[in-house]
Amino acid sequence: MMMLAIYVLVAGALALSLARDRARTRAALRVAIRSLERLAPSLLGVVGLVGLLLALVPNEAISRHLGAGAGLSGTLAASLLGSLLLIPSLVAFPLAASLLRSGATVATVAAFVTTLTMVGIVTLPVEMRELGRRFAVLRNVLSFLCALLIALAMEAIL
Amino acid sequence: MRKRLRALAPLLALLAGYLLLLYGSPTQGQLAVQSFESYLLEMAAIVPAVVLLMGLFEVWVPKDLIQRHLGQGSGPRGTVLAILMGTAPTGPLYAAFPIAGSLLRMGARVSNVVVFLGTWGAAKVPQLLVEAQFLGPSFAALCLVLTVASLIAIGLVLERLLAARGEVAAS
Repeated sequence: MMMLAIYVLVAGALALSLARDRARTRAALRVAIRSLERLAPSLLGVVGLVGLLLALVPNEAISRHLGAGAGLSGTLAASLLGSLLLIPSLVAFPLAASLLRSGATVATVAAFVTTLTMVGIVTLPVEMRELGRRFAVLRNVLSFLCALLIALAMEAIL
Repeated sequence: MRKRLRALAPLLALLAGYLLLLYGSPTQGQLAVQSFESYLLEMAAIVPAVVLLMGLFEVWVPKDLIQRHLGQGSGPRGTVLAILMGTAPTGPLYAAFPIAGSLLRMGARVSNVVVFLGTWGAAKVPQLLVEAQFLGPSFAALCLVLTVASLIAIGLVLERLLAARGEVAAS
């Protein structure tokens, strides 16, 4: 649904651009193609790595290390897992909800969710290439630390 | 030629990994392939839109527009704009990296780019709705508030750290 809206927007923008200035639109397409060429190998690599990771991490290990009674180590494990994984929210949130229901602490679930969305080890190479090495590393490190703080704060508040 | 080969090496290694897994542990291998296919599809769905928008962005948006609204001196308004820009899209975080890179090159503040990225990753509207649905509105709301506050803090710290070393992000 949202995809459709986005493509309608893009099509509209392209049409507008074509109407205003043909040459510029061609230049825009060239930039687009060059960006695609630059991004393609990294993105393929990310998807490839995620596929392997997801298959290699068994479900029972997740509930064992992150579930009820795991305590602080569960929270740490959750944050590591969240940093490594790259799964769409539609998959991640039901997983997090089931962890909560089966007894995991708020801190563990929050750590998982926040690191999942803010930290990306698998995507680090792409981030470094697009935004610079220092920016990427620092952003991920700071986000990881904040994710832990957020998790602990949420545990205290909720 | 050398560069092309070097870009291919990790991909070939991954391919080897898949083949090994399929051979050694077929159920896991199949799971891996299925995951790969579904994420590939997800990526293929969003990347064309992203690169097209980037192309249009780069030829049409004047540099000083970005500089004025998101650069140094844009103040809290710039940060709010960065947040709004981050909540709108759909798609995984890595789709935001090239856009963020363009913003940086066109003069946006480091802190605003960090906020944009973080909001895209953690606080896009469609994602917030899913989060509220599965984890409860109070969890989602609290997480949102804490995350946005952290992002602003991280943005400012990162900006200062990078400036102290005398560099803005390279491209």
